[in-house]
This record gives sequence, structure tokens and C-alpha cells, in this order.
Amino acid sequence: MSETAEAQVVAKEPKEPLFSKKNKKLLSDPLNDDNPITIQVLGICSALAITVQLKPTFVMSVSVLFVMIGGNLIVSWLRNLIPSRVRIIVQLVIVATLVILVDQVLKAYLYDVSKQLSVFVGLIITNCIIMGRLEAFALGNKAWPSFLDAIGNAAGYAWIMLAVAFARELFGSGTLWGFQIVPDFLYDFGYADNGLMILPPMALITVGIIIWVQRSKNTKLIEEN
Amino acid sequence: MDVNKNSYTFTFSAILVIVVAGLLAFVAESLKPMQKENVKLEKMQNILASVKVEATPSEAEEKFKQYIVEQKMLNAQGEVVAPEDMGPFDVDVVKQYKTEAPADRLYPLFVFEDKGERKFIVPLAGKGLWGPIWGYVALDQDMETVYGSTFDHKTETPGLGAEINQDFFQDKFIGKSIFNTNGEFVSIEVAKGGTDVEGNAHMVDGISGGTITSKGVGEMMERTLKVYVPYFKGNQKAAL
Repeated sequence: MSETAEAQVVAKEPKEPLFSKKNKKLLSDPLNDDNPITIQVLGICSALAITVQLKPTFVMSVSVLFVMIGGNLIVSWLRNLIPSRVRIIVQLVIVATLVILVDQVLKAYLYDVSKQLSVFVGLIITNCIIMGRLEAFALGNKAWPSFLDAIGNAAGYAWIMLAVAFARELFGSGTLWGFQIVPDFLYDFGYADNGLMILPPMALITVGIIIWVQRSKNTKLIEEN
Repeated sequence: MDVNKNSYTFTFSAILVIVVAGLLAFVAESLKPMQKENVKLEKMQNILASVKVEATPSEAEEKFKQYIVEQKMLNAQGEVVAPEDMGPFDVDVVKQYKTEAPADRLYPLFVFEDKGERKFIVPLAGKGLWGPIWGYVALDQDMETVYGSTFDHKTETPGLGAEINQDFFQDKFIGKSIFNTNGEFVSIEVAKGGTDVEGNAHMVDGISGGTITSKGVGEMMERTLKVYVPYFKGNQKAAL
């Protein structure tokens, strides 16, 4: 019954190209105008905790990308089947399952990184970005736009994370991805790594600086008064 | 189909939970051997680190076989025992510290040998401020001077108690002695941060601000090494 009705509706609408303007916006908006971290200020907790070095940050970003895509796709496919009264619990179960999968795979294949990330992989479950996208987007959209939305938001999360980690590792430890970048002769001249960069508060300040730069460049974001 | 009927909600939830449980159980079981292997390699790395042998995970097993020439196990009375169901390497001292009464715990001893020099590695387990701490202390050939040590923790405060896994703290134990000049067991005390320990062979300076964790290190060392005293005494002459 409902399937035929839906088919008719679809037949009436002209088929949307895969990368229509609307779909492209799903990808690009979270990178800048609607960035989950700098604009929506979601998922900040992990920004503080895991951005001391690039490598764990990268793994964390990939993990979030995986969970995000998986969660958005599954919820989008099931959106007409999920009873609305238990939808939050269902979303939570889906996200938790994906996160446990990531955690188990990391423990098996990337043990040292998994130890560094420790509880924060598990905390992806509570990452507000993921639940937010499931509830606000995947539950009401088809699989393809949900997929794009997931990539967009995960990438928006990832680039801020990586930018923060880049600054913190470079100035805090003088290395990038574990390799020494600041040459020895600079240390001989009295240059010292900034120990403050390694501490969580500097992550917040770095995010703050990114927000500042972003707002000054992107006039759309500046509120009146 | 009415997705908001009670019966539908129950059925949907039941199916979802069963599918998820099955999937997770399958994945966890199939990845378990690799995860166990990782934990084993890490333990080997830690044991080797206490005698200053660096090993990457891929070479840990090989180096462990090469250097650790003997593995023993003591009971709480300090007698060498050899239960059939587990070797010294299988003993999880951190778990035993939590679950077993002191008299029922087993005390492994790893004997390291390089160029004819022997070191005796003792695993430690205890508690810090927030949670478990553990480590390995290696005694020199004479079975009384500390040759090296490593400590680690689960949830100690970053920058304070968590510093016990840093070299600056671990290296303070090197050269300290667990027996006094009369040959009595005194262990090594971890003093409150900033104490003058210069020239004291049985005391190290703790971490300022991490006093409870530092004390925990001293406590686990004293409690554990005490068990080994009869064994050390009995073998000291033979070893020299």
C-alpha cells in the first residue's frame, strides 16, 4: 500500500542528481557555516582530551567518521520502522554498537593508539554531534543525503580536531605525528616547548582562536549587536 | 503497519537487541585472540623495560625469550611453587591484588640474564589515590640493589600521581637497597615530595602533589618484596 503511494510521489518529482546543490550543501555547510564544534559547540569534550598529538586525534576522527556514517545510514534506513516512542533508545543502541565495534577493532589492530584514546573511544557514544545528527537529520531523510550529512559533519569535526592537535603537538612537544619538527639548534638557542599547550585548557583556547578567525572571515556568522 | 503499537514496539526492540547482541558477541569473540596477544606483548615489553631493554611490540616476544631465562613462582610464604594450571607469566598480579586474600596470592619472579649478569624482576600491584597501580622492580645480581623499575597506573591524576610512569620518578629507585647493612629487610620508602633523601639508601623522594600515589608505590613495593625475602636470602650466596 504505502510503497505504491511513495512510488507515485517519487515518479512525480524529477529525480534529484546525486550531487545537487542541496546535497553539496550538506557536505560543505558543516565545514564552515554550520561547523559542529565552532558554531554549534558540540562534542567539545573530546576536543580537549585527545588533541595533544596528531596521531590519536586522527584515529579518533576516523572513528567518529565511521560511527557517524554507520549511525546515519542505519537510522535513515530504519527511519520508517523505528517506533517514535523509543527512538532515542534505538539510536543509542545503534551508536553504542558501532562504537563498541570500533573499540574492539582498535584493541586488536592499533593497541597503542587504543590505549592512548582509552575511555574517549567509548565516549563517542555520548558525542552530541552524533546523536544530534541522527535525531535532527537521519530520522527524517533518505540514506544518500544522510550519508553526505554524516561525512560533512564528521569532516567538520575532524578538521577542527586536527587543526587543534597540529598546534598543540607542534608548540607543546615540538613534533608532528611523533616526528621532531623543531630543529635541535633552536633548542640550543634557548627555545623551549610550551608545556601549557599539552594541558587541556589550551585546547579550549586554541578552539577559541579558530572560532575568532572563522568569525572575522565569515561575516554571515557575526550576530547583530 | 502501525509502528506505534505497543506490540510492535516490543517486537522491534527485541529483534534489535538480539541482532546487536549477536553481532557484538561474534566480533568480540573473533578479535579476542589478537587482543590477548597485544596484552601479552605489552606485558613482555613492561617486564623488559624494568631492566632497560627497549622492545617494540613486534620484537617483544623474541627479546623476552632471549633474555628471560627463568620464570618462577612463589606462594605467600616465599616457597617456590609450580601449579600445573598456570605458569608465572599467566599470573595477573593486579587482578589477584583485587580478588584474592594476601595468603592466596601468587608471586611470580622473572630472571633476566645478559652477558652472564642476572637480574631478578618482581611484578608489583597496589593502589594509588584513584585506582590500581602496578609495576615491575628489577633487583641486581646481589638481590638487594634496585637495578630498574617501571610503574604504571589506571586513573591517577595527570601531572601529579600519574607521573609515576615517568622516567624521572622511576630512575630515583636505581641503586637503592632493600636490605639494611645488617641484612634486614627494610624495603624502599617513598617520602613526601621534597624530602631530603640524599645519601639515604632506603628512601626516595616522592612526587610533590602526588603524595598518596607515591606512598602507594612504596607500600606495594614493601608488601610484595617482603614475600620474596626468604627466597632472596636463600639464594643470595648461591647467586654471587
